[in-house]
Amino acid sequence: MAALGAPVCTLRALLRELRHAGGRRYRDSPAYRHVLAAFRAHRVTSEKLCRAQQELHFQAATYLCLLRSVREHEALHREYHGKGERSPEEVAGLVGFRLPRQPGGKG
Amino acid sequence: GSCGRRAYAPPGERKRFYQNVSISQGEGGFEINLDHRKLKTPQAKLFTVPSEALAIAVATEWDSQKDTIKFYTMHLTTLCNTALDNPTQRNKTQLIRAAVKFLETDTLCYRVDEPPALAELQKNEWDPVVAWAEQRYNVTIGSSTSILGPNIPASTKETFVSHLASYNMWALQGIEFVITQLKSLILSMGLIDRHITVEKAVLLSRLEEEYQIRRWGNVEWAHDYDLCELRARTAAGTLFVHLCSESSTVKHKLLQD
Repeated sequence: MAALGAPVCTLRALLRELRHAGGRRYRDSPAYRHVLAAFRAHRVTSEKLCRAQQELHFQAATYLCLLRSVREHEALHREYHGKGERSPEEVAGLVGFRLPRQPGGKG
Repeated sequence: GSCGRRAYAPPGERKRFYQNVSISQGEGGFEINLDHRKLKTPQAKLFTVPSEALAIAVATEWDSQKDTIKFYTMHLTTLCNTALDNPTQRNKTQLIRAAVKFLETDTLCYRVDEPPALAELQKNEWDPVVAWAEQRYNVTIGSSTSILGPNIPASTKETFVSHLASYNMWALQGIEFVITQLKSLILSMGLIDRHITVEKAVLLSRLEEEYQIRRWGNVEWAHDYDLCELRARTAAGTLFVHLCSESSTVKHKLLQD
């Protein structure tokens, strides 16, 4: 079984990610409720875990990794791939030009 | 209606057009509702999943979208669509064959002679996982510095073929996906069998890259970007496999092939 650390840490981190991903009512979200219910049902908080508890813990750690990685990937994507739409002036400026100014309002 | 903030969404994205995301149970399994509309696959089939936990995770992907729907972050949805549409039209035998074929070019089996530091790193990090797989499946795999790679015995391939046949079609799509992401059957089995975490599997898959980066430096954001993306995909694939293989899920009609 993979080295995962304390289940309660995984649970806390996972709930934190779900809070981040959810809106104001994150506590009511199906995911939040499902994760809490699963941990309660299996009492995954103690040190020694039976097989079912280990499987649940691994699943939770995997889901945590997914949510965290998506969040980090998206942040990087936004930062470096999508600064948003640039105006024509900005785009021209990027390559060292200035747009000409014409009487009558064009440009 | 339009809210006037943006004229259009960037390519690969679409404005969020729904308020509420909910799950309902239909004849074929669990469905995702975006307001009153039922989610469909790219081939316009009804989006139905065999596992409630999987449906919840998919619903969460849809509900997490803010202004625009970023499809490239919705890995579980994508995996479900692949399982439902089977766009490459492969049957179970073909999927298994594709998966096991990867063993011939498994990352963990291809070793370098030099630089010595990298050769040593590969030995220290990869040997234990290869040894675990050999012991767990009672097979011989080995590794090689030859450009042709290791000589994998036919019996080893047969063992993996037989093992993978015990998974249903949905889980197999997930397994094959993870293998193509990590470029390693051995690492993927390590994940499926819960021997290693996703973070570890990804690190081992990218061992040479990590080594080069540490030696030569990197364009930091590009490295992290690739790393996060690989982690996200691998985590999604692994979770998908496990959720589709649980005994409570397997009983479901959708998974009976």
